[in-house]
Amino acid sequence: MDKIDRELLEKVAQLHKVPAGAFNIRKNGQAQMRQSTKEIEIVPKSSKSGIDIIIKKGVKNKSVHIPVIITLGGFKDLVYNDFYIGDDCDITIIAGCGIHNKTCQDSQHDGIHTFHVGKNSKVRYVEKHYGQGDGSGEKILNPITRVYMKENSQMDFESLQIGGVSSTIRKTYAKLKENCVLNIKENILTTETQYAKTYFKVKLMGKNSKCEVVSHSVAKDDSVQEFVSDVIGESECFAHVECDGILLDRARIVSTPKIDAINKNASLVHEAAIGKIAGEQLIKLMSLGLDQDQAEQVIIKGFLEN
Amino acid sequence: MLKIKNLNYSVEENSMKKDILKDINLTFEDNKLYVITGHNGSGKSTLLKIIMGIVQKSSGQIVLDGEDISNLSITERGRKGICYAFQQPVTFKGLKVKDLLDIAAGQNHNLSQMCDILSKVGLCAKDYINRFLDDKLSGGELKRIELAQALARGGKLNMFDEPEAGIDLWSFENLTSLFDNLKGGITIVVSHQKRILEIADEIILLSDGQVVMQGSGKKMLSLLDDKSCGRLRGN
Repeated sequence: MDKIDRELLEKVAQLHKVPAGAFNIRKNGQAQMRQSTKEIEIVPKSSKSGIDIIIKKGVKNKSVHIPVIITLGGFKDLVYNDFYIGDDCDITIIAGCGIHNKTCQDSQHDGIHTFHVGKNSKVRYVEKHYGQGDGSGEKILNPITRVYMKENSQMDFESLQIGGVSSTIRKTYAKLKENCVLNIKENILTTETQYAKTYFKVKLMGKNSKCEVVSHSVAKDDSVQEFVSDVIGESECFAHVECDGILLDRARIVSTPKIDAINKNASLVHEAAIGKIAGEQLIKLMSLGLDQDQAEQVIIKGFLEN
Repeated sequence: MLKIKNLNYSVEENSMKKDILKDINLTFEDNKLYVITGHNGSGKSTLLKIIMGIVQKSSGQIVLDGEDISNLSITERGRKGICYAFQQPVTFKGLKVKDLLDIAAGQNHNLSQMCDILSKVGLCAKDYINRFLDDKLSGGELKRIELAQALARGGKLNMFDEPEAGIDLWSFENLTSLFDNLKGGITIVVSHQKRILEIADEIILLSDGQVVMQGSGKKMLSLLDDKSCGRLRGN
């Protein structure tokens, strides 16, 4: 691994060294390093590109790192990763993709991740996306996440785009059975002429299932973001979707909510607020000695990091 | 020392000029607590906002320790030690109580320093430093955190816009000891509350954008208890 590889791995997976436990590091479409443990098995797929991550029943307080890096211009990577999480687990999965492109040709990574979450299991899944390199070639990321949750399971999904991604269309589909909880937190920063679209479709199938989606986005320069959510309450359930966007310069954010309470006992809420930074927030911070640029940076940093 | 000289502020309303503050001349001395009172719309909050630089005066001068600060930005005034606690505290999505206190002080606090500051406004640091400064906090909690920022900042001119509003559960006694902590500089409080007026070194009565009476706290209190003056105060 060279300096750029290490830089990308640190950005997307906070990896400073080879992680303890199970991991799979993929570079330019090839497995670079892989390690299974007795509790977490990582198996390459034979029919297509990708891996199966099999987590045995009852595994607790363990983590799996599966970052992807691309350092070649003009390289298109498509990968299928399937997670089989046994019952009664408590596990953290760190994914994410970093692209370094200094060429004039586009680089692209499409990661298709499917989660089968066992009964009573709790999963924290972090997916961080980042692009760098001063070539005119685009850095494109189009992840698809499918989540199938069994009874009493919980998934906390953090989806972060921390900058440098030219274009992204991220789709998330989830089906929740009885007493399942799905928390999705999405933080996206776009600059220049970047484009980011997120699409969520969540089906609350089981009684007492819950879903919370909180999207914080900051769009600068001439960038454009779209947020589309589609939440379907098929039982007595609860969902809350919140989309907050900060606009700077000439940027644009479009939010399209859809909530469909098929079951009359479903309680579904959508909130969206898009606009520039509130003047009173700037005034408050300026009265504490920050200049306008510093105040804007503090507000944006807090908004995107929390 | 803060001097307000011939300060005027007017706005245009329906193509007509409306005077909000008229020829205000005031002197505020160090180590004193001033309470500005008067009925709603008398110009009290506007005067504080003009001193902070949030609202631009129409004419006149603001002089702090001999320096004319009339044309300085909000940031520059903030850096000169002027601090304004808002009547309606501002909320932020993503900023924590600790973040605002650190910004106010210009340094990172440790837990014990946070405890010192937050306990003075009746809050336990452990429960609050990592809370987001958003609408999940009650109005009273936000108000106390607003006061804590002034303590953390430790400025030479501290202004409080109706600090007692929404802090019913917290005693006035604590609020007055909070002002004691700011001794040394100038403290200006906008308030209607008699118990705040009672601790003032000087009271200034504004009515219809003008200073109609001013004097020592004791003298002014007896005058304000008089019915006609009480009406001006907003009783």
